[in-house]
Amino acid sequence: MGAIFKRDFSSYFNSPIGYITMAVFFFFSGLYFYTTCLYTKTSDMYYVFQSMFLVVMFIIPLFTMKLLSEERRQRTDQALLTSPISITRIVIGKYLSAIAIFAICLSIFMVFAIVLAFIATPSISVITANILGLFLLGSSLISIGIFISSLTESQAVAALSTFAIEFVINILDSFASTVSNDFVKNLLLALSFRTKYNNFALGIINFADMVFYLSITALFLFLTVRVIDKRRWC
Amino acid sequence: MIEVKNLVKSYGRQTALDNVSFSVKDGEILGFLGPNGAGKSTTMNIITGYISATDGTVLIDGINILEEPHKAKSRIGYLPEIPPLYGDMTVYGYLCFMFDLKRLTLPRDEHIEEVSKLVGIDKVGNRIIKHLSKGYRQRVGFAQALLGDPPVIILDEPTVGLDPNQIIEMRNLIRRLGKKHTVILSSHVLSEVQATCDRIVVINNGKIVADDMKDSMTSKAADDKLIAVIEGREQAVLSAIKKISGVVKVKKTGEPERGCGEYTIECREGADIRRTLFKTMATLSMPILMLHREELSLEDVFIDLTQGNGGNK
Repeated sequence: MGAIFKRDFSSYFNSPIGYITMAVFFFFSGLYFYTTCLYTKTSDMYYVFQSMFLVVMFIIPLFTMKLLSEERRQRTDQALLTSPISITRIVIGKYLSAIAIFAICLSIFMVFAIVLAFIATPSISVITANILGLFLLGSSLISIGIFISSLTESQAVAALSTFAIEFVINILDSFASTVSNDFVKNLLLALSFRTKYNNFALGIINFADMVFYLSITALFLFLTVRVIDKRRWC
Repeated sequence: MIEVKNLVKSYGRQTALDNVSFSVKDGEILGFLGPNGAGKSTTMNIITGYISATDGTVLIDGINILEEPHKAKSRIGYLPEIPPLYGDMTVYGYLCFMFDLKRLTLPRDEHIEEVSKLVGIDKVGNRIIKHLSKGYRQRVGFAQALLGDPPVIILDEPTVGLDPNQIIEMRNLIRRLGKKHTVILSSHVLSEVQATCDRIVVINNGKIVADDMKDSMTSKAADDKLIAVIEGREQAVLSAIKKISGVVKVKKTGEPERGCGEYTIECREGADIRRTLFKTMATLSMPILMLHREELSLEDVFIDLTQGNGGNK
């Protein structure tokens, strides 16, 4: 697990993709931070974090697209699967490497908090909730991305499919409002990523919201393991 | 010790392996011979635990690869057909990764250095893998398989894409490894396995066609056919050869030079006509420019085996 984590994490920095995605993330978070906090002179980062929902949706597929698809294309999965290590550990190692690089992206908000501390007194608990929410959102999207990456040999297909799924996740709420059937409507709202994320963005740490994101993460990591295991049998 | 029992692998309706069984003793080099698509790689992938069999068992030193995969896999070093290399890593970085992945407890740097020297990549340790030539990549893949000094080494077409010098080096290396390790290597080149292996198993269309065919049949079949390049008129040469006792059939198979013909001479089993042929042609002053036994091709082996007049099956 440690070996996989180390290799995948460092491979983000062996190609421009890691640097570019981080730069994009820093640029947009900085832009939103400047326009909604510094320019309007408020210490409330709600709008920053609300906007980050979309930014995260754009960068996560770039982190996850090659994690498993590239292993298959280059036949390096043969080395992994014939080593004395379980598929679960392989998948978790890869998940952690994406989480780690995502965490580096999130560290920029610590800097923003420090900047805010110079002009006002930011609420540490609210910012903690903000960052935690974004982290959990990213975690669930990363596991979805890894799952999709396990289904194909092409990075591009993996990235585009992950975008497509995230797009569906994004419009789930507006779609729910057009449905008249109560059961379907409630089901769609229960699956909504955005409402739960908005709670975090407002500074509310809700246990049920945390469980939702963690369950999505676990579910898709589990499915990924199943996909890889299934392929060995047919 | 590797035991493969009744392996079956089917993809939907297609059967890739049909009841494949064989065993390899400790310290033996087994050649796994078959044309492309015969099921060599599939068998090796099942032995190493990369894919699972539809039916049948694989035992590595008595350990079932399905029941105790970690224990069995840690005994195997595997070089697949396409070496599993990460192009963006350095050779040393890659070997460190594989070392950690295999959870080895040996002193890391010393062990990697030792293996690198053995396969001759100690001078390219800091190069990025994607910049290496095919031969070097193959060797890095080989080094990866040797990490941890596993008792069983499985090599899928290890010499494909290497130049003749590298092939000889590789063969020597495999023979040296065979003294300490149990080795299975696959190939579709007969001379290749003949040069390196103690025993040959032939597979075709997912079935074992012959087990242990090393000396018995290859030499016999090869003895029966001679290729001779003889200068002289075709009709005269043909009629002269036909008169030699022991000759079953003779035909002209080519004309390598002006005025010379290449003749394929089929002889009765066990008959050695080389001396008589020489004397006959000499008295007729039709010089023999070249004479050699026909090199047995894989196709001939298969024809021989499938017609049931060879092998120990």
